[in-house]
Amino acid sequence: MITTGFIIASAIKVIVVVVAVLTGCAYATWLERKLVGHIQHRIGPNLAGPFGLLQPIADAIKLAFKEDIVPERAERVTYALAPIVAFIPAMLSFAVIPFGDTITIMGQQIDMVISDLNIGILYIFAITSLGVYGIVLAGWSSGSKYSLLGGIRSSAQMISYEIAYGLSIIGVLIIAQTLSMKELVAQQANFFDWFIFRQPLGFVLFVICAIAETNRSPFDMPEAESELVGGYHTEYSSLRFAMFFIGEYANMITVAAVVTTIFLGGWQGPLLPPVVWFCIKVFLFMAFYVWIRGTLPRVRYDQLMNLGWKVLFPLALLNVVVTALIYRL
Amino acid sequence: MAFDVIKTVFLAFPKGFYTSIKHVFKKPVTLQYPRVREEMARRYRGKHYLEMYDDGTERCVCCGLCAAACPADAIYMEPAENEKGERYAKLYEINLLRCIYCGFCEEACPEEAIFLGHEYEFSDDNRDSFIYTKEQMLANRPKKEKRFKRIIRKVRRIF
Repeated sequence: MITTGFIIASAIKVIVVVVAVLTGCAYATWLERKLVGHIQHRIGPNLAGPFGLLQPIADAIKLAFKEDIVPERAERVTYALAPIVAFIPAMLSFAVIPFGDTITIMGQQIDMVISDLNIGILYIFAITSLGVYGIVLAGWSSGSKYSLLGGIRSSAQMISYEIAYGLSIIGVLIIAQTLSMKELVAQQANFFDWFIFRQPLGFVLFVICAIAETNRSPFDMPEAESELVGGYHTEYSSLRFAMFFIGEYANMITVAAVVTTIFLGGWQGPLLPPVVWFCIKVFLFMAFYVWIRGTLPRVRYDQLMNLGWKVLFPLALLNVVVTALIYRL
Repeated sequence: MAFDVIKTVFLAFPKGFYTSIKHVFKKPVTLQYPRVREEMARRYRGKHYLEMYDDGTERCVCCGLCAAACPADAIYMEPAENEKGERYAKLYEINLLRCIYCGFCEEACPEEAIFLGHEYEFSDDNRDSFIYTKEQMLANRPKKEKRFKRIIRKVRRIF
């Protein structure tokens, strides 16, 4: 049943979410620089506006005015396509994240989620996995050995961690018996029903794999500056580079939102409006991301693979089996 | 091996995370340099200046001891006499690119004429502009004489 009101409401939701995520990406960079700075006894950006709050805007303007360079040996079409392929999945996966309760405006029931797919989690996993293509294609089409190495590393890393990533969530699904994000949030109404308490191992595994999936420190192999001169995006400049950059941060926000929805009770919380609770949880998880970056050194490539295949994968399997035995026997 | 892993995860990780979050609440050590400057140490040896008597005549008599003491051979001078028959420096140049800021000239000077001041910002894009003349170094004199330099001078007079 598609009514005009539904279409208008959906359009508004899409615009609001896209704008919010893009702004969130911009201020995620600010948060990261500020927090890492303070961890290292520095101040971080503080000149553009109060507390350096205009710094992301200044950075964006600077990036936009940079020269757009295409290397001579690049595969031109793929080279142009890769940033888009990396950027779009990062934005798409936000479509199924519920960020608030159902509200009624002018007799119209509006879900605070762009689309309540009944296979929401599968959708997210499918879409975020596409992001790796952007990185691999970027590495390959740049015509540079460092970019290629970065792309290969990242594909190996993301594909390895995909398995544990997917398995770590199965425990939750066994308990919840649903794939819909909205349903999952509804099942976490009480504080102690949050899946972080019912699936602590699953939560830890999911967070570790998510960090590896989004290529963040300490698993930022593909773009290890000190080893690969920036990895897959070495040859990119200007807005093409900005797309990778925004894509990476959008992925972080998406992961934060997914963790919030699946493990931390989504928008549920006392007193404050649901959207505010959702934002607070996402913000805290983003800060946690930065905290990890400020604490742990980058792991070596073989350590990364060992961790993925020999530790996380068996643990995830074990988690699935134990959960199944406890809850469904 | 397994014990090591457990030790890492349950002891080293929390410790590391605690350490990094602890530092967030400490005061940053950053100095907002062009706007905030640190007070230089009193004995800091920066750009040279030439001291004058209170009546405005130069202390330097162009004896050449500073040039002799200078290990980097950075000082060049030519003497002359004024109408009263007093020696003064017609030409007194220090090449700040050669100078190693050791302060030997300051120590060698029998007239307490040359000192190394606190100024340290004198970059330029031209080698010639690093050869400082007498006029520049006289003008370079700090407005109010630093007490510490005066104490050094008194101590030096005693010995």
